[in-house]
Formats: sequence, structure tokens, C-alpha cells
Amino acid sequence: MAEHAMYFADKGALIRYRTKTIILRTLVYLFLTVFALFMLLPFVFMIVASFIKAEAFQEFTTRADFSQLGFTNWTFDNYAQVFADHYTDSLGHVLPRPSFGHYFLNTFIVAIGSTAVTVVTAVLAAFAFARLEFKGKNLLFTLLLATMMIPGEMMVITNYQTTIQIGWTNTFAALILVHGVSVFYIFYLRQTFQQIPNELYLAAKVDGVNDIGYLFKVMIPIAMPTITTIIILTLMGSWNSFVWPNLVANGNWKYNANYSMKLVSNGLMSLFGQQASGAADGGDTIKIAGSMVVTAPLFVFFIIFHKYIMRGVSRSGIKG
Amino acid sequence: MSVETAEAVKMPEFDATKARLISKRRRLSLPQWANAWIVLIPAMIFLVLFMFYPILNTFLMAFIQDFDFGKGAGSFALGNFFISLSNARKVHQTFGFENFRLVLTDDVFPRTILNTLTLVVIEVPLTIIVALLIATFLNSIKALKGLFQTIFFLPYVTNSIALGLVFTMLFSTGEGGIVNMFLMKVFGMKEPINWLKTFGTSGIEPATRGHQLVVIVTSAVWNGIAFKILVFLSGLATIDKQYYDAAKIDGSSNFTIWRRITLPLLSPQILYITITSFIGAFKMYTGVMSVYSSIAGSMNASYYFGGEKGEDWMPIVGWIYRILGTQTNTSKGVAAAGSLILLGIILFITLVQFAVSKKRVHY
Repeated sequence: MAEHAMYFADKGALIRYRTKTIILRTLVYLFLTVFALFMLLPFVFMIVASFIKAEAFQEFTTRADFSQLGFTNWTFDNYAQVFADHYTDSLGHVLPRPSFGHYFLNTFIVAIGSTAVTVVTAVLAAFAFARLEFKGKNLLFTLLLATMMIPGEMMVITNYQTTIQIGWTNTFAALILVHGVSVFYIFYLRQTFQQIPNELYLAAKVDGVNDIGYLFKVMIPIAMPTITTIIILTLMGSWNSFVWPNLVANGNWKYNANYSMKLVSNGLMSLFGQQASGAADGGDTIKIAGSMVVTAPLFVFFIIFHKYIMRGVSRSGIKG
Repeated sequence: MSVETAEAVKMPEFDATKARLISKRRRLSLPQWANAWIVLIPAMIFLVLFMFYPILNTFLMAFIQDFDFGKGAGSFALGNFFISLSNARKVHQTFGFENFRLVLTDDVFPRTILNTLTLVVIEVPLTIIVALLIATFLNSIKALKGLFQTIFFLPYVTNSIALGLVFTMLFSTGEGGIVNMFLMKVFGMKEPINWLKTFGTSGIEPATRGHQLVVIVTSAVWNGIAFKILVFLSGLATIDKQYYDAAKIDGSSNFTIWRRITLPLLSPQILYITITSFIGAFKMYTGVMSVYSSIAGSMNASYYFGGEKGEDWMPIVGWIYRILGTQTNTSKGVAAAGSLILLGIILFITLVQFAVSKKRVHY
């Protein structure tokens, strides 16, 4: 603060300035803390409630009885139920249901498959737009830009029909291939590719490296941080995707009637349904434990890759 | 490439074999435009099948009366029309505005527009203003900045369905619902409020639309704020510190500095966020649905938005998906018409924003 001293007429003004600064600082931190608590509240609630016995949680919500949250009422039972492959309905019948492990497996398959397809198509197309000259390049690129304006629902309506017609309902193909290209990622990569200096391309030409060789030996290694960001954001998108899987793959696998095709979000929805209508015990806490199981892996993922995620997101704006 | 460069350095004298090899490779290599189309093939297959064609097809479908994709050329809307022209098969179809008439005279659709507009008008400005405040404050502090930044980013990486449930629980009916508890203990509210449940609520008042709105907006703000804060922060980081120093020497107050320097220099980011937020908010679906997903009872939770029929706060996209899910032959055309109306609204709002912003955005 010493460098400010010269701006002030006398000592009183300086002291008034400093007091004002301290008060403002305190208010800023107060505001930020209150909002941070608002942001954290759902998570804290979710973690605590997922470990509470069903009856105790019921008591707590109806009577605001905090003694119910004591350690004697903590249990892993909610998680055991979420990962169990059966549940008991209100009439005492034991009914089968896929465990969350099963939903995880499906989601991994789709996430890895669609990430691979999206990255390959994006890298190749971005290379063409950034480096190669061909007729109709600008027209095609403008066309791509225009599709970003159009609400996805317009495509979903026809894609839904196409999926039914070519017999892709309840297959992995419908989940992986229909969204196999992302216009935004083509854009994002093209920008990174364009920043690579022209001299490198000419140097490679002199060395007898052809266009494809240049892509693999020079451009991809240089653009690797951007590609990593795209991989991470696509993986996250698959994990959180709900609408499309809910339309085309909400039943059992086309080739195996005992294999549920649901991904984590859809599995969570069906868990809500079962617990609300049929299940005998522990409605709310099991739902919360299920939500926790879906949220936690992404958190771990975020902690590891937060640098890539935050950088990618600040340029994009897609939420799965 | 590095390997070949090294070889070139090692061999200063002319190597006939290598020269022949290189020239042979040159002759074999394709022209650039051919290479371009080869690398574009994978993306183009997906783009044409699942993006260009669907846009065109949905557009056409909206204007074809009684579009029946079970017959004729299947999902190819124009194909059906040609078949009906050639009389090869008995598919009776004509172009017209029938689907739009069905949409606009629907019992629910006009209300979904009103619902969406209400949610958009409340949620978008609220989120942007709060995000702007948080970003400005975050930018002005040093200690704990990283921690706060991470906390404010957390909502971005959460699953909407999971968090919808948590908000339902936070706003649960009993005295121990966190929000009710807070209002009763801190603000002395007498009776707990029923926020969301509109049926099966014996002994308590069913939730009003206003109460449901509070829950939807709170969860929407919570869900949408992370991205906006991040964009504003990256914008603030690019503002030259000299402007602030100059203003301080002139003795400007903090608020004046914020209004006269920060806001104008941040206006490109504000415009970007405003446009994307409005577009995103008009397409809202999962966020609203997830709040209701655990209390849908015997109704299909994917299309339940409160109330006895699940229509209390149904957004436009929710309506489109419900129509699409009914699986009748003509429903596809009606859904297509609905999605075109949505496109029209979005385009209109975006154009208005661009027109308004022309004078106010400083690049």
C-alpha cells in the first residue's frame, strides 16, 4: 500500500482510503464465501445423505431432527443396494435389475467408441480446412458454421427415424456413430492447426514428406494439448449424455434380451422410477447414493484433468 | 521428419538411388485437392448422414401433410412425396401448413412457449449478473482465488440428472427439507412449503407454479453459472492493467472504474455469453426434467414437468420430445413443425441481440 501514499493529500485521507479498502475486501470475500457455500451445498448434502440409513433420513426430512445424522445411523447399505443386481418391491417380490456396474460398462464402451470416432473425424477434417487448398473449401466451411446455429432437436427428429429404420435401436452403433462428428471440435482444432507456422510445412515438403505424413509427424504432435482437451471433453459428454440414449437405447440390447443398454444417466432415471413406485425400502437415500455414484467418477476425473478441462471449456460452451 | 533431416545432413554428396526414390514418391503423391477430399471423407459421411440430411429432411417433413414414415420412402421425406407423385404406391401426401396448424392449435404448445419465455427471462439475466459479479470479485482478489475458482467450476462437471434429484431433495416438503429448515429457522416462516409435489400430497397444499419456478430457476442458475464465470474471468485477464492505474490516479471510485472500464472492455464476452445463454435457455429440457424426475410417480419421467398432467412447466423441447415419443405416424411431422418454430424463435432473438449490441459492444 506504500506506493499509494503519494496520491493522498494528508494522512487522514490515506487512513480513510485504507479503511475503505479493508471493508470492501471483507465484503468481497463474504459474498464469494456465501456463493461458494451455495455451490457446495448440493454436494455436501449428497455425500452426507448417501451414507444415512433410510429410516433415519426420513425422520430427518420430516422433523428436522439433526440427531438422526449421528454416526450410529451411518451405513454403506445404500451403495450396496445401488450395486446390487436385484431389488425387493413393496409386495416382497425379489426382482432383477441391472447394477450400476453394468451401466458403467456400457458408458465406458460408448465413451471410448465415440471419443475415438469424434477425434479421428475432427483431426482429419480440421487438417483439410487448415492446411489444404481445394475447391469449395470456403463454401463447405460456411455450411458447417451454419449448422451450429440450428437446434439439435431438428436433427434428432430425423436421426431418430433413421435409427429405427436401419435397425439401430438398442445398439451401440446408434450411441456411438450418430454423433460421430462434432462441428465445434473441427473448428477448435482448425484454429490450433492454423497457428502452426507455414515454414514447417515448406520444410517438410523439401524433405519429401507428403501431406498425410506432415499431418501425423508434425501437426498432431504440436496440437496434442488441444487434442487431449477434445478427448477429455468428449469423454465427459458421453458420461453425461441423456436425451439421445433415452430415445434410442433405453431397452435391452438388440442381440441379447438380457443385456440392458442403459447408460449411467438413463440407469439413474430408472432407479428413481423403481424406488418411487415399487421398491420396498430406502427410496430417497438409494436415489441419492445412485446420484453420488454417477457424480463421483467425474469429480475424480476433473481433479486430475482440471487444467485441460477449464482451458477447453473457456473456448467452447458445450455441456453434454 | 527429424529422421529424414538427419539423413540429409549426413549425406552431402549426390545419392542417385535416393534421388530416384524421392522423385518416384513425388510422382505417386496425389494433388492437394484429392488429399483434402480423402481426409474429409470420414467426417463428411457422418455430416451428410446425421447432420445435413436431417436438417433438410426435418425441414421438409414439417411442410408435408400426414407425413407417414412407416410407408413409402421411409424417413426420406421428399422421397415419399415423389412416390406419391409417381403413383407407384398409394401414399397420399401434399405440401402445406397443416402441421403448423396442428402445433399452434395444440392444447399445450402455446403454453410451453410461455413457460420457456418465463424461464428464459428470469434465468438468463440473473445468471449473467451473478456470474459477472463473481468474476469481477474473483479477479480483484489474490488469496484463495484458485480455491474459489475450482469451487465455482464444479457444477460444470456434474451430471444434470443426479443434481436434479439433489435439488428436489433440498426443496423437499418436510420441515427437514434444507430450504424449508433455513426459511423457518432464519426467517421465522411458520409452515413448511411444498415446493414441487402437485399430487399425492395428503394433508398439505399442492405446490403452486410459483414455488416450482423457484426450484427450477435455482437449479438452472446453479447449473449454468460455472461456464459463464470462466468466460468472464478469461476476458478480464486480457484487460490491460494500465487502464486501471490511470483511472486510480484520476481518483475514480471502484464502481466508476467497473462501469466505465471493466464493462465496456468485457462487452465482447458479455455479448457472447448473452447470445449463447439465450439460445441454450430456449432449448432447455434436461435441467427442468431432472428436477421433476424423481417425483413423476406413474407418469413417464422423461416428459414430466409438474402438475397433474406433467405440463405445469413443460418447455418447448419437452413438448417436442413428448410428441416424438408418442410413436404415431403423423407425430413426426408435428414434432418437426414444432422444432422449426423453435428455430424461428432462436434466430429472431439472436438477430435482435446482434442489432441491439452493435452500438454497445467495443472490440
